[in-house]
Amino acid sequence: MDNNYYDPKDLKKFGDITEWSEELGTKYFDYYGKVFEEGALTAREKALIALAVAHTEQCPYCIDAYTVDCLKRGVTKEQMMEAIHVGAAIKSGATLVHGVMMMNKVNKLDG
Amino acid sequence: MTKLKLQSLHKRESELAYAERQLEILSNGIFKSGELPKFKDKIAEIGQSPLKPKKLEILQINLGYMCNQVCSHCHVDAGPDRKEIMTRETMKQCLEVIKNTGAHTLDLTGGAPEMNPDFRWFVEEASKAGIEDFIVRSNLTIIRANKKYHDLPEFFKKHNVHVVSSMPHWTKGKTDKQRGDGVFDKSIKALQELNAVGYGLPDSRLRLDLVYNPSGAFLPGDQTSMEKDFKKALQEDFGIRFHNLFAITNLPISRFLDYLIASENYEDYMYSLVEAYNPTAVENVMCRNTLSISWDGWLYDCDFNQMLGLKVDSKIKHIKEYNEDLLNNRNIIISQHCYGCTAGAGSSCQGSVA
Repeated sequence: MDNNYYDPKDLKKFGDITEWSEELGTKYFDYYGKVFEEGALTAREKALIALAVAHTEQCPYCIDAYTVDCLKRGVTKEQMMEAIHVGAAIKSGATLVHGVMMMNKVNKLDG
Repeated sequence: MTKLKLQSLHKRESELAYAERQLEILSNGIFKSGELPKFKDKIAEIGQSPLKPKKLEILQINLGYMCNQVCSHCHVDAGPDRKEIMTRETMKQCLEVIKNTGAHTLDLTGGAPEMNPDFRWFVEEASKAGIEDFIVRSNLTIIRANKKYHDLPEFFKKHNVHVVSSMPHWTKGKTDKQRGDGVFDKSIKALQELNAVGYGLPDSRLRLDLVYNPSGAFLPGDQTSMEKDFKKALQEDFGIRFHNLFAITNLPISRFLDYLIASENYEDYMYSLVEAYNPTAVENVMCRNTLSISWDGWLYDCDFNQMLGLKVDSKIKHIKEYNEDLLNNRNIIISQHCYGCTAGAGSSCQGSVA
């Protein structure tokens, strides 16, 4: 391991994971490729979803890859930022909605 | 993209105004150190070195570097401050060639070709030669730039000109950033006027195609998907119709090279081009079926080589001594900028090639 956990050059080596587990790696990349093909959703819509998820997962490689992919597909910076807000809203909502669990517990124990 | 400059590299006396300096950058650094392979070695792997022409199909004539716009990506370094203009005498030499060529397409470009004072005369004369596809690359805003250009849509129609126009995005923000303030609104108006005389309508013989090139240091997306997005947005927002979209990769020369260096994207961009190298695209790169003629009559393998000052590698170097058979026997001059035409689905003045 070098001085950094993350190296931008590693993104290009993603395909190498297949070398140590060929069948699973190949199946994964086949699946990945199929998922991003044009379907009921356009490739552009899928790129925006991927960008939002990349942020909620806080994956630097995915943020790098899908920012470029969105630019290539003509997505505007306003659309990209809105997509990230969608991710952030769901992520924070998922935290906050657990507040109900806390409230239920408090109400039961100390209501 | 960095802030749009309002003058050409030539006017600013930038070192990148000189072709020799651009070629030096493209041959040194990551290519000299061997970090990235040179283009000639890549095409040698598939037996395409030296790169040879195929049948000549397109004559591309640059009528001058003068333009009413100063787009950030322009490989011509065109602008209002450029005075290079083709004379009527050179046009007459071109007409002789057009009458006798085996090429089926004539492609007029610039700058803004319409700004050449002899543009209309040349179009009238050239259209008599019966060329199958007669293209004028119009930047659209020229139609709205001055009253004397307002009738261009009718003029194009009269001569059955195939109009090919740049439109980097379907939104104002991205378009104006690349092409200058107000360009989007004027382009929309010009497209509506072209539509009004019949250009771009689904069954119309009056061809109207748009050219998309990225606004920054990234490669274009899939041409077919982009075309769908452009058509949907332009029709829904402005009622505009057009036929095809050509997705073109920005080549690392002239103003785009200047931008890449200034924004510290040069090396990453060259990596992207080399990684996206597609050997299949080499078969159909435009230098193999095109000849580019400069405003002063010199011959080049393509418009990009013209801007890099790389005249054809042939005894015949000028339109006045034109000989198609001899020219077709030449070797095409290449450098690292050629990776721009072989990346991904390939890129040419007619869009994707692979």
